[in-house]
Amino acid sequence: MKFNIFRSHDDRGSGDPTQTPRMGGHVLPAARSDGPDGPTADAVEPTDATAGPALQPRPAEPLGPIKIRARDVSVHYGDKQALHDVSVDIPDKTVTAFIGPSGCGKSTFLRCLNRMNDTIPSARVTGRIEMDGQDVNSKSVDPVLLRAQVGMVFQKPNPFPKSIYENVAYGPRIHGLTTSKADLDGVVEKSLRRAGLWDEVADRLHSPGTGLSGGQQQRLVIARAIAVEPEVILMDEPCSALDPIATAKIEELIDELREQYCIVIVTHSMAQAARVSQRTAFFHMGRLVETGNTEEIFTNPRERRTLDYITGRFG
Amino acid sequence: MSALLFLLPIVLAVAAFVAGRAVAHRRFDGVRPHSRPSQHAALAAIWVAVPALVVVLAAALFGGQVERGLLEADQPAAVVALDDIRRDAFYADVHRVAGGETPLQTWEAPLSADLQSQAVRAGQLDSIRLVGALAAALLAAAIGGLFAFSRIRPDLRARNRVEGWVVGVLLACAAVAVLTTVGIVASLLIDATRFFERVPVQEFLLGTQWSPQTAIRADQVGSTGAFGALPLFAGTFLIMLIAMAVAAPVGLMSAIYLSEYAGPTTRAIVKPVLEILAGVPTVVYGFFAALTVGPAFRAFFNGIGAQLIGGPLDGLGQYLMLVQNQMALVAGGVMGIMLIPFVSSLSDDIINAVPQSLRDGSYAMGATKSETVGRVLMPAALPGVAGALLLAVSRAVGETMIVTMAAGLAARLTLNPLDTVTTVTVQIVTLLTGDQEFDSAKTLSAFGLGLTLFLATLVLNIVAQRIVQTYRQQYD
Repeated sequence: MKFNIFRSHDDRGSGDPTQTPRMGGHVLPAARSDGPDGPTADAVEPTDATAGPALQPRPAEPLGPIKIRARDVSVHYGDKQALHDVSVDIPDKTVTAFIGPSGCGKSTFLRCLNRMNDTIPSARVTGRIEMDGQDVNSKSVDPVLLRAQVGMVFQKPNPFPKSIYENVAYGPRIHGLTTSKADLDGVVEKSLRRAGLWDEVADRLHSPGTGLSGGQQQRLVIARAIAVEPEVILMDEPCSALDPIATAKIEELIDELREQYCIVIVTHSMAQAARVSQRTAFFHMGRLVETGNTEEIFTNPRERRTLDYITGRFG
Repeated sequence: MSALLFLLPIVLAVAAFVAGRAVAHRRFDGVRPHSRPSQHAALAAIWVAVPALVVVLAAALFGGQVERGLLEADQPAAVVALDDIRRDAFYADVHRVAGGETPLQTWEAPLSADLQSQAVRAGQLDSIRLVGALAAALLAAAIGGLFAFSRIRPDLRARNRVEGWVVGVLLACAAVAVLTTVGIVASLLIDATRFFERVPVQEFLLGTQWSPQTAIRADQVGSTGAFGALPLFAGTFLIMLIAMAVAAPVGLMSAIYLSEYAGPTTRAIVKPVLEILAGVPTVVYGFFAALTVGPAFRAFFNGIGAQLIGGPLDGLGQYLMLVQNQMALVAGGVMGIMLIPFVSSLSDDIINAVPQSLRDGSYAMGATKSETVGRVLMPAALPGVAGALLLAVSRAVGETMIVTMAAGLAARLTLNPLDTVTTVTVQIVTLLTGDQEFDSAKTLSAFGLGLTLFLATLVLNIVAQRIVQTYRQQYD
């Protein structure tokens, strides 16, 4: 059921010319010949620092290979530059948190990863973003297929004005992932189960998705995103509109989803970043200030600005 | 000259405002008043202007009657002998002579002499009336002004009083529209009742024969009058259906194009052009339909008919050869074009009101633009669009000019778009234009039709507004 857009990481570097990755039906121009670089130094750097007393970042775990590699990404909205030369590596099977004060560019950067900025006419993105070694901004990449591969969850739950079932079936339907009704039923059930919503909605799959509570709606939206089997899930402040109990459920869910997906989460809550993420990137004034293992960022940041932010001196 | 009297309250109000402000400033020296001096001044201006205005209005409305009464109180015997209509004509000429014009009729002696003498008196009365009105208005203004100026004190709540007057004036303006509607409905109801006394309701609503010619003379034949309005309803419905078949898809799709696909430049050009289309008078659409579209369609169908005659479809060919300029298809099609901007601008608003988060959600799932429009935006906008279409239907039903010029007059119970049909509005126009007597079933039937049309569009509008409203609340 995977799309044939990117090579999955297991067959990378095989050197077999028939393995040339395809994207949107076209042979990609430049498959990286040298194979993926290993995780950068700070990505694999083992952290022996113990958890800080205030926040309890999870102990360092082995990180997956680099899934997304951004280099010198800048974004302009009209004349205004929203993002300045951001370079960051995002590992697979890991939760990466983007933190920083409002307007610091973290959501803007997130929207670059699935080319959602294309839908804003005045936005202009420069720099290079590679996913599994392929430039997502390349002309040969169809943003429609890219977005099928990179799911996104928004700040405000945005279920479509359809039934719960239809909401989850939306992606599989538009991408023609299933061949029969039974197949589709299976996908819907599996996605809802993975999003931890199945038990709550199994008896009312055909009632409107907009009738659910905020937390349920957000989990429905997550189920909708994972129904197309993406490789990456982007979350733009997914809990900012939810109460603490619904937030806890979503965070639990994010932790479970980490097993299978590369997750990038933008959050205003530093406690949440510490709870759910293994990697943290701190943005300030449209620049990436510091990135590193979450534990390290929260206990022993290298940058003064990061320390000031996480200790609440500004932001 | 008496029109200038209406300037008097305005002049007085300005003077009172200026004076009132000065007085207020002087009296409030060193104290902190409840209201600002300009508010006291506005109150004083109101108290001066309103009495003066009332007097001037009364003089304008009743002055003529009083003058006529004074003239008649002392009129020559020859005038008394005239019948009412002739006496009215006589006094009309008296006023013309008094105003320096020539009389409309020649009055024989002794009336000619009476005309001159009465005209002299009327001239005197006119000037007395003018001076009197002026004096009375000034007096009323002075009394009001005295009252208002004596009350300019720091503790007077002038601001609240002025606000009260503002509310009153606004309410009066709003009431004009409401009361007019009530009046229209009442007159419609009264005349429709008179019609339904002559023709039973069920015969009117369900009868299939419409032939409103009634006998004027007793010996007239063939004009017994039949008031079955079903063919008219059918014609209205058919034309509405054709119009909506044109306007709904085209309007909706242009709205989708404008709101989802068009760039800012295209939008900046297409939107105003559509609005120009909305501003074209319906009579222009009417003659476009009657003089351009109608003949073109007839030529087209006649051409097809000529090809078919003699062949296996000879019957159809014969029919097509007989198609006329006036047909439901022409009137409905042109009306549909008229409704396109109406549908598209309403739908455009509604589609724009669908939250951006739904579009983002759909695009983020990897949906294309058309998938997003078809599967997310349209279902979300559907209730609102349905409301917009119902509003368009109610306009199509009430539209008059295009159908009058392009649909024809034959009341025929048919759903064939190539036939000549007639509509409720067309029949109302033909029943009430020209010289008509207003006590025959023929003319009164127009009110029956009008009432039916009014009720139908009222229900449509209420339902549509309700739908649009609930839709708007959904996303606020």
